[in-house]
Amino acid sequence: MSIEWYIVLSSLLFATGAMGILIRRSPVVILLCLELMLNAGNLALVAFSRMVGNQQGQIFALVVMVVAACEVVVGLGLIVAIFRRKLPLDVDELRELRG
Amino acid sequence: MEAVLFFLAAIGALGGAIGVVAMRNPFYSVLALIVHLFSLAVLFLLLSSAFIAAAQVVVYAGAVMVLYVFVVAYVGGEESAWEPIPGQQLIAPLLGIAIFIELAVAVLSSSLLALGTDGPDVKPGFGDPAAIGHLLLERFLVPFEASSILLLLAAVGAIVLAGRQAVGGAPGAGSPGAPREREPGDPAPGAPTTGAPVR
Repeated sequence: MSIEWYIVLSSLLFATGAMGILIRRSPVVILLCLELMLNAGNLALVAFSRMVGNQQGQIFALVVMVVAACEVVVGLGLIVAIFRRKLPLDVDELRELRG
Repeated sequence: MEAVLFFLAAIGALGGAIGVVAMRNPFYSVLALIVHLFSLAVLFLLLSSAFIAAAQVVVYAGAVMVLYVFVVAYVGGEESAWEPIPGQQLIAPLLGIAIFIELAVAVLSSSLLALGTDGPDVKPGFGDPAAIGHLLLERFLVPFEASSILLLLAAVGAIVLAGRQAVGGAPGAGSPGAPREREPGDPAPGAPTTGAPVR
């Protein structure tokens, strides 16, 4: 398979994730869609690393995985804190910063 | 054979992604994301990067998804079909398609000649744990350490954000996450219930 296919698939996945962020209102699902976008970026990085023929893009993908894990941990911590305060889990309701 | 595997994995990845967006129940969204991540691991294997594929399965489909499943089981709840912005469900897919068209134009009009090829022939050790480990611990040592510090900070931040305050006079003034937090179940007669919903 040529590299082009992987890049096109990666941009499709990225667009799907972006669409999900625009459509959905639950913070958990928005985090899931962020994962989709990060993984699309990872796929593009690994595909380009294969295209060039060295492994530095894979290191970059690993670092992206670490950053995604951190984002998940902090985001889920925020969601649990919001839930504990009995605030609505809806990003349209949560537009005010006042707790 | 490779093309068949690619298309199977691509269908899995795309179907999983659409499932994440389309499912009403967040639990099903998480399950769809697991399908998506496994398909992506197959794609990484096809791109001859074995270590990334293994890390994808272990870190993502294993650890991160378990975290998601626990939080969804704790928080739960389907979202209502209420639409605050008129036409949001209609405009958002259009914007998504616009992003895809923009990316496709950027890919197709790039002058990267190697895009149409399978990439160069690589040695058998390409992307295996030994090669990645060498690169990570010699050439990219500083990013490696920086990402470990980032992980530590994220763990501490999550504990500060989601940690249960000790009942009865914890020195909570120093914690920036919850300056005047009161546990929802905390019996506090007379005190204004800060945990009550704003609306």
